[in-house]
Amino acid sequence: MNKISLKDQTLYISGKIVIVTISDLLKEWERNYLKETVAKIDIKEVEAIDGAGVSFIETLIDKYSLTANDLQNGTESIMRSIEIFSSAKIQTTEKPKADNIFVKTGEAFFSFLNQFIDGLYLASDTIWWSITGLLNKKGRRKGSVIEQAIVIGLDAMPIVALLSFVIGFILTLQSGMQLQKFGANVYIADLLSISIVREMGPLITAIIIAGRSGSAIASEIATMKVTEEIDALKMMALNPVKYVIVPKFHAITLTMPLLVAFSILISMGAGLIISVGFLDVALEVFVSRSINILAVKDVLITLAKTICFSWLIVIIGAYYGMKVTGGAEGVGKATTSSVVTSIFAVILADAAFSLIYL
Amino acid sequence: MKKEIIIKTTNLVAKYGDKIVLDGISVEMYKGEVTVILGTSGCGKTTLLKNILRMYQPYSGKVEIFGKDVSDLDEDQFNEILKRTGMLFQNGALLNSITVYDNVSIPLEQHTDLPRDIIDRIIKTKLHLVNLDHAVYLTPSELSGGMKKRAALARALALEPEIVFFDEPSAGLDPITSADLDKLIINLKNQLNMSLVIVTHELASIHRIADRIVFLHKGKLLFTGTLPEAKKSGIPQVEEFFEIGSF
Repeated sequence: MNKISLKDQTLYISGKIVIVTISDLLKEWERNYLKETVAKIDIKEVEAIDGAGVSFIETLIDKYSLTANDLQNGTESIMRSIEIFSSAKIQTTEKPKADNIFVKTGEAFFSFLNQFIDGLYLASDTIWWSITGLLNKKGRRKGSVIEQAIVIGLDAMPIVALLSFVIGFILTLQSGMQLQKFGANVYIADLLSISIVREMGPLITAIIIAGRSGSAIASEIATMKVTEEIDALKMMALNPVKYVIVPKFHAITLTMPLLVAFSILISMGAGLIISVGFLDVALEVFVSRSINILAVKDVLITLAKTICFSWLIVIIGAYYGMKVTGGAEGVGKATTSSVVTSIFAVILADAAFSLIYL
Repeated sequence: MKKEIIIKTTNLVAKYGDKIVLDGISVEMYKGEVTVILGTSGCGKTTLLKNILRMYQPYSGKVEIFGKDVSDLDEDQFNEILKRTGMLFQNGALLNSITVYDNVSIPLEQHTDLPRDIIDRIIKTKLHLVNLDHAVYLTPSELSGGMKKRAALARALALEPEIVFFDEPSAGLDPITSADLDKLIINLKNQLNMSLVIVTHELASIHRIADRIVFLHKGKLLFTGTLPEAKKSGIPQVEEFFEIGSF
């Protein structure tokens, strides 16, 4: 029977002092003996003790301000267990204190600044090796650009098509219904053409690619980093930027404009179906108006935007992949950060384009 | 005195797809003993461990822990068994997002109603046992491979388990740390009458700690018995294993 009793300032503990019993013993002790004066603890009747039991005994010793010498009559085996599981020799480590708000703000600012500078270095490295890589194909695997173009571009076509169709459909329906009230149905072609070619096409495609291919780039490079593949490349005298990032850079630069063009075509197709089917716009009127409203400048801006978005996505993905730390958990964090940052950067760049080229 | 059986498998068969990984394994493991599961790579050692712990469902056969057939138990009943056991995974399997201290505190906070000061003392004692006093508030990503393993052992020991399973505890450790770990294993066995089931290849470690050997070869049980018996078993694969590794 596990119990505690007090006699002549000596606390007697008996029975099994193990993890499953100490909770009840503690309650009994707190109820009856917490405020008593105790000079010794007698453990003669203790039959078994484990690590948790030793912690319990030591807690009692501390509460009564006793020392280990005040523990008496333990059998050899019990005393040996107490010696093994004792916390007396623990070198205390202070729990690190949380930084105050100023330190945190300062750290966040400098960390952002450093990240930005590192990102610029990586961007310049990537652009440099991408340009030189056009002429000199050494230092990267044969067929890697095609392979990446398939992964980044071709494989993304179904989802781009689906979302572009839905967006074109919604945009036409919502705007068309408003225009219809003024009898201005025919202007739906102008509105769609401008908004889809200049805004929705590049933006939607970039967001899809940032979520789909940007995250894939970040996780692939991050995994390579934590499994030391990047170090292995360096040890083979290969430049990881040239070997890993440049093929992705070339592939995305090549495929993004095609994907945007594809997205625009699908969205306009959806617009055409709604306009001709529900808004009584003639097919030839829709086609001619939507082409005539566009200037060469619009198409060029869209192309520039698209290329800018694609570079942002690949460089941000590669950056987060390259700076990963901490194993599998780091890979997850890098992927999330890459998606969030690249979508943010794409939208910011889009706003800048809109402001500069109204 | 008759030894108390704590783990028993009867005709255990495990398969990956159509491939038989364990073929009719019948072994007994006893209380207060260190049982070492041995064999060449890919012979099914870890699979045996994971089948015993119901991480994989056996294809056929029976596994008993503490005299209970684990396939008969529902989740709650099996969880009660798990609370009496600890497992040290090959790479530690610590939760990466929290500190070493918090990792060790998980089982104590979730499965006991001990007050905070006792839990705190238990955690620090366990970490002291594995020589990690200085790493209490570090996160696993800040630890070396060996430190991770030791922190994971502290977590496995948190609930004072009756059986502790080790999946290759010495792999990747230096000989001194490995010998310290063996010392700790012997202490746990002697002082707490703990039963330990260890999958390992390290012969030095096996010589220091093993009471009983379970030798697997290509999914079959070749030998089970004590270490001296194993060396004189007359089974070529078993004798070769000890001969090649001796120095």
